[in-house]
Amino acid sequence: MSYYEEDDLNRFSEMGKHRPDLFEKFMAWYQACQEDGALSRREKALIGLAVAHALQCPYCIDAFSQACLESGSNMEQMAEAIHMASALRGGATLIHGIQAHNAVNKISM
Amino acid sequence: MSKSLPVIEVRQPAITNFVEKLAAHGIRLRATRVEILQVNVGKLCNQACKHCHVDASPGRTEVMERKTAEQVIAAVHKYQIPVLDITGGAPELNPSFRYLVTEARSRGTHVIVRHNLTVMFEPGQEDLPEFFRQNEVEVVSSLPYFLEQQTDAQRGRGVFEKSIEALRRLNQIGYGMAGSSLILNLVYNPVGAFLPPPQSSIENDFKRELGTRYSISFNHLFTITNMPIKRFLDYLQRSGNEQRYMHKLVEAFNPETVEGLMCRNLVSVDWTGRLYDCDFNQMLDLTVTEELPQMIADFDPLQFANRPIVTGSHCFGCTAGTGSSCGGALMTA
Repeated sequence: MSYYEEDDLNRFSEMGKHRPDLFEKFMAWYQACQEDGALSRREKALIGLAVAHALQCPYCIDAFSQACLESGSNMEQMAEAIHMASALRGGATLIHGIQAHNAVNKISM
Repeated sequence: MSKSLPVIEVRQPAITNFVEKLAAHGIRLRATRVEILQVNVGKLCNQACKHCHVDASPGRTEVMERKTAEQVIAAVHKYQIPVLDITGGAPELNPSFRYLVTEARSRGTHVIVRHNLTVMFEPGQEDLPEFFRQNEVEVVSSLPYFLEQQTDAQRGRGVFEKSIEALRRLNQIGYGMAGSSLILNLVYNPVGAFLPPPQSSIENDFKRELGTRYSISFNHLFTITNMPIKRFLDYLQRSGNEQRYMHKLVEAFNPETVEGLMCRNLVSVDWTGRLYDCDFNQMLDLTVTEELPQMIADFDPLQFANRPIVTGSHCFGCTAGTGSSCGGALMTA
């Protein structure tokens, strides 16, 4: 058995078993977030794909890859979204190098 | 459009029988009146697309004979059928194709040809655009995407380039151009096991991209859901996507699409003259209900009005999300 099973994606509603009130609140919020608004569902699916990669959540990557295709994005556009997530992760790592500079400077003559 | 969301879907035991699903929504699926005769003239095609529900290819030998084509025209004329929709295979490769078009047009029947674009480069077919123009045929052509990679992945290597050239030729004689009465519609099929995007949204993308990249114009884009039949079903099974895709179709069932289903105002004829409720039923050998005449020679539209429609699990493909038909989505997103 793997820790990540594809079929588990379909079992997410089981998370409402013990505190259904909290799960229902989460569901309502989650649904509202994805409706067409100032941003389109297509744009929101691309954001979801980028965040899914930044979080490295296999369920989210699977679901939002499909959501992107079904809202009309293509692999070029999806690849750009993934690069955005990657670039931010890389940049966020690199900017912390300043922390290292500061730490080294503090204890250096 | 389905409101089901990525990642989170509340799971209930799904009804996977189409009739039961309709019944659960208080729907009995029956035809209205016959407005379209859709004739599949055979399985011969110059292409062998990976998603083809007909399983058409250059090697197929099932082709409608002249006698059957004459029976089709006799029915169209006798009953003044408003629309003759000719499909295949590549219908242009049938020796009776031009007979069907010219005879139907001679008495004002609107003719739609499901034209795969590349067939106009086959020997003897070079004048097809002019033939279409002279007969004021409505041309409906598959182009699964505005990029080469996706199109060739579904329809075969080199198809995209030829399709673009074919579209240019159709545009040159007025098809799909602003102010012209010559109609050129395109068809989008998902290149894989997923549902089509909202039709108006992807139509805008096609118009923008085909316009800016290739200066190509067209009238409308129809989004059509891939049916789990024949070659697409084989793909689903080979790729391990069958269960997931069927689940997706069932989950996305939208009762509001039923009113506009094409089986309600269309009768489908196969290359032997046999009658069906739609082209998909035809490929599954699901003939019209046995109480009705089975052959075009015995066809009478009055008997076919209000008939019960023969259904199967593939029907979930036409009722998923915003719905699907030979004329595209049945609802706006």
